[in-house]
Amino acid sequence: MEETIDIVVIGGGPAGLSAAISARESGIESIVIIERDVVLGGILNQCVHCGFGLHNFGEELSGPEYAARYVDRVAELGISCELDTMVLEISKDRVVTMVSPDKGLRRLKAGAIILAMGCRERPRGALNIPGFRPAGIYTAGTAQRLINLEGYLPGRDAVILGSGDIGLITARRMALEGAKVRLVAELQSYPGGLRRNIVQCLEDFNIPLLLSHTVVNVHGHDRVEGVTLAEVDENLKPIPGTEQYVPCDTLLLSVGLLPENEISRGAGVALNPATGGPFVNSDFSTNIEGIFACGNVLHVHDLVDRVSQEAAQAGSAAADYVKSGKRMSVNAITIKAGPGIRYTVPSYIQKEMLPEKVLIRFRVTMRRRDVYICGLFDGKEAVRRKRPIVSPGEMEELVLEGAELENVNEVTIFVED
Amino acid sequence: MERELICTVCPLGCQMKAVLVNGRVKSVSGNSCRRGVVYARNELVAPRRMVTCAVPARNGKLPMGSLKTARDVPKEKIFDVIKAMKAACLIAPVTLGEVVIEDVADTGVPVVSTKAVPAMG
Repeated sequence: MEETIDIVVIGGGPAGLSAAISARESGIESIVIIERDVVLGGILNQCVHCGFGLHNFGEELSGPEYAARYVDRVAELGISCELDTMVLEISKDRVVTMVSPDKGLRRLKAGAIILAMGCRERPRGALNIPGFRPAGIYTAGTAQRLINLEGYLPGRDAVILGSGDIGLITARRMALEGAKVRLVAELQSYPGGLRRNIVQCLEDFNIPLLLSHTVVNVHGHDRVEGVTLAEVDENLKPIPGTEQYVPCDTLLLSVGLLPENEISRGAGVALNPATGGPFVNSDFSTNIEGIFACGNVLHVHDLVDRVSQEAAQAGSAAADYVKSGKRMSVNAITIKAGPGIRYTVPSYIQKEMLPEKVLIRFRVTMRRRDVYICGLFDGKEAVRRKRPIVSPGEMEELVLEGAELENVNEVTIFVED
Repeated sequence: MERELICTVCPLGCQMKAVLVNGRVKSVSGNSCRRGVVYARNELVAPRRMVTCAVPARNGKLPMGSLKTARDVPKEKIFDVIKAMKAACLIAPVTLGEVVIEDVADTGVPVVSTKAVPAMG
């Protein structure tokens, strides 16, 4: 006999915390946050550097400080949490199966589920880098966890593949901890992370950035002894003859984040191949009734401030669903990603009770300057916004007026010069 | 003397050129707004950075606590600050915001805890 909970939040990181708080503030009493780690806070716990909260709090906080704002509020509201508890599966009819060392295997029946599991790093195996399996190869986030949460230095002489923010931040952290950081290699011809991090993580420490380069071989049997780098062409294929050997004892990989939707798939949640996360409506509901998604499990964000905002919306939407029993997602306006747009979240806008304003978040396919972000409503131009610069690495936002969406069936967003 | 730099204030990342005379920024070009000028002035003459790190917490429920400088410090002092942070002895319970070092490496800036670490048991 399962216990029934009104709202089950899977994940106690920034998204889950914000969603749970919002649901409680919307009047739902019966809420539980299920978190697999022994503490709440998610990835923020290992992000000891500053740069969080500028939008939401007007302050530049470190990860743990930002997390504490939400963890403290959860405690203040008395929201139940199951720590050290792993959700194994969720069913279409919202039965959550979870396991923990002290309570064993349990099931909960949820009025609504909010998916807030975050994302995983793409591992070495997925890259097909040749070589043995020597010790000393880690994803950048794993290295960050080892250093900042467990007190270990993963290596003393590192090469980093990938210039996304995680790679850059970890390059700085290794350097500050006394390791030699030889270089950061980046497959693309442009850096992946924020300009600020290029300056403060690489330039400050004289760490070279090799654009259009990748790792083509790893040397060493028991421990990494070096890597072979090669330049890549415009098709991102290694150019023969450009190989160079770089001795090192550690290779850190920062080559992509993947929303973690294993259990979502199990419940039949439809996933968008462009994001790796669920297709959602403007109320963050998925195709499965009563299942909502927010944060990095929905699409990988750049700023935690936006995660918190998005999750708060998902939390109150889940609360509305539980209170009313009414499902919004069935009759919906479709949002299409037109030329220049890689994806939009949401993919649909509810037709019933159109919100006053609909916020669409999206990413562009290429870095471009002086463009217009345009919106067509059933083929007719309705929105045109100027943007001096857009980049795939910076999530963009577009606000649509609900009033203008009456009787519209399809919205297309695209980029124009 | 002319120096090139990329502004980090906003996502535009303006490529700027600054002219320095006697160690002071005389003019800035390539910026799209006033904030770029301020950025160039600070960055080229007296760059400052926030410094953060994780340090062991004795007797804590967590093995590591984390620290930050309460404000930014001169960039050239980053490693001195890290050394001082690493030498600080954190003993749980540690509260968030607790001052761990009053004045780190003669910068006049305190170091504070950014994570609460409850004591063991």
